[in-house]
Amino acid sequence: MTSETAKEPWGRHKKLERNIALLGAFAFVAVIIGGIVEIAPLFWIDNTIEKVEGMRPYTPLEQAGRDIYVREGCYVCHSQMIRPFRDEQERYGHYSLAAESMYDHPFQWGSKRTGPDLARVGGRYSDEWHVQHLTDPRAVVPESVMPTYAFLKNNDLDQGDMGAELTALSRVGVPYSKDDIAKANADLKSQADPNADNADLIARYPKAQVRDFDGNPAKLSEMDALVAYLQVLGTMVDVNSAAAQEELAKQEKGR
Amino acid sequence: MANKRIDEPTGVETVGHEWDGIEELNNPLPRWWVWTTYLTIIFAIGYMIVYPAIPLLHSGTEGLWGWSSRGQLAAELKAANEAKGETLAAIAAAPIETIAPGSDLYNKAVAGGRAAFRQNCVQCHGAGAAGNPGYPSLKDDDWLWGGNAQEIETTITHGIRSPDDAATRSSLMPSFGRDGILTPAQVNDVASYVLSLSGKAPNDAAAQSGAAIFTANCAVCHGNDAKGSRAFGAPNLTDAVWLYGGSHDKVVASVTNAHAGVMPAWGAKLDPVTIKMLALYVHSLGGGEDFVEAPTTPAAESGNAQP
Repeated sequence: MTSETAKEPWGRHKKLERNIALLGAFAFVAVIIGGIVEIAPLFWIDNTIEKVEGMRPYTPLEQAGRDIYVREGCYVCHSQMIRPFRDEQERYGHYSLAAESMYDHPFQWGSKRTGPDLARVGGRYSDEWHVQHLTDPRAVVPESVMPTYAFLKNNDLDQGDMGAELTALSRVGVPYSKDDIAKANADLKSQADPNADNADLIARYPKAQVRDFDGNPAKLSEMDALVAYLQVLGTMVDVNSAAAQEELAKQEKGR
Repeated sequence: MANKRIDEPTGVETVGHEWDGIEELNNPLPRWWVWTTYLTIIFAIGYMIVYPAIPLLHSGTEGLWGWSSRGQLAAELKAANEAKGETLAAIAAAPIETIAPGSDLYNKAVAGGRAAFRQNCVQCHGAGAAGNPGYPSLKDDDWLWGGNAQEIETTITHGIRSPDDAATRSSLMPSFGRDGILTPAQVNDVASYVLSLSGKAPNDAAAQSGAAIFTANCAVCHGNDAKGSRAFGAPNLTDAVWLYGGSHDKVVASVTNAHAGVMPAWGAKLDPVTIKMLALYVHSLGGGEDFVEAPTTPAAESGNAQP
């Protein structure tokens, strides 16, 4: 029997098919090879991450707003990824760069647009518009199917210890300084307080927007955090500057 | 095990398996299918040669055709810009007040402005530019900051109370009620007075007592006749247009907690030609005012060109 099996061209395959552990091991090896070929080059090829000027980690308030964005599942209907197509560029602005989500853990690229892309929504609308739109989307966009998020305005921002969150993020590679982490909880409050002295915050987080976001300076609400996050989206890198365009043109080939 | 034999009725070899007398024929694959498979393999090889495919040490292979998605985008945008380049250049070159309504250039600018409006402005001002509570209608002839094409262009470029533009249009109405400048009774009276101006409330005792309060507190910006002042973006209170609602309750609310609507400055986001086209589109909606010499804001032309 054995000698007969060896003579057949697929004889050894038969052994594989009848031994579940062996089949599993070989299938695993096959998947690993496929994975290495497809994934591994991304770690050394230069154009995977473009170097761009202006990226900074999120401020604690923006990061807290980001947590609310994730909590409420905004990514289910909104993408944050403008693809390099003419229609998208004319509708949403310059296409997204990989570096623009390098401090996102997890990234919010999304895969489906029921609502519009939000990758460059920052600065596009006023804070008041965002508050009104989140409170009652139909008030400003009659045809909208977005759920209402009026409760955000009433909820106190309770994100726990932002220092711990920043520590966790710094462990996965977000360059928060020790100073940033130590002052995280104070930064969270002062960014939405128009009367606070925020010079130090702005020095550590360049171009951070400091003001009351939800129209109620007396209260630090979840609305403050979410609007602060929305207003910073896509604004960190000046993609249309000459330097950025030159850098992009250099890395354009082979992608 | 291997019991290969020729099946008599069909003349085809069996694969040699047999289960309770049931055997499997070893028919060859259809030729068209086999050849399609070979062709896809050949296509894949060709594809890997002409398109970017194989990752190397620092970058992937670029492919013989040198295609890239960003390159394709750049080419498409270049072609699109060239197609409209002449028109845009003509609009850019012409001072906004010289583009006469009805002219070919005007019509083109309005069409371009309409496209830009739908993309950037409808979220607040509504798809038909009829506005929403808190966001003014652009179709009427009631203008807060000025309604000739130049003034509209300045407003779009620098925004209104826009935090990131130093030249933004700015004014701040005090929150008379919240900040304790007026008592609730006084706020009530002044609201009655304001509403009596447009005939929405009777000219009763409350309104008459409100008149004095108005002169002392409000006339500085809204004018003695309450017809507003464009220098401060102070609305005309004698007409039927109410940005934040014209009921007594709403007016009391507006006097108690003043509104300070914000419009983003678009000068940093849109190019000057797009802003000019937007201004002409808004101007064309029905309420546009004619340009008169000696505008209230000097050098409003074409805004500051952003890099």
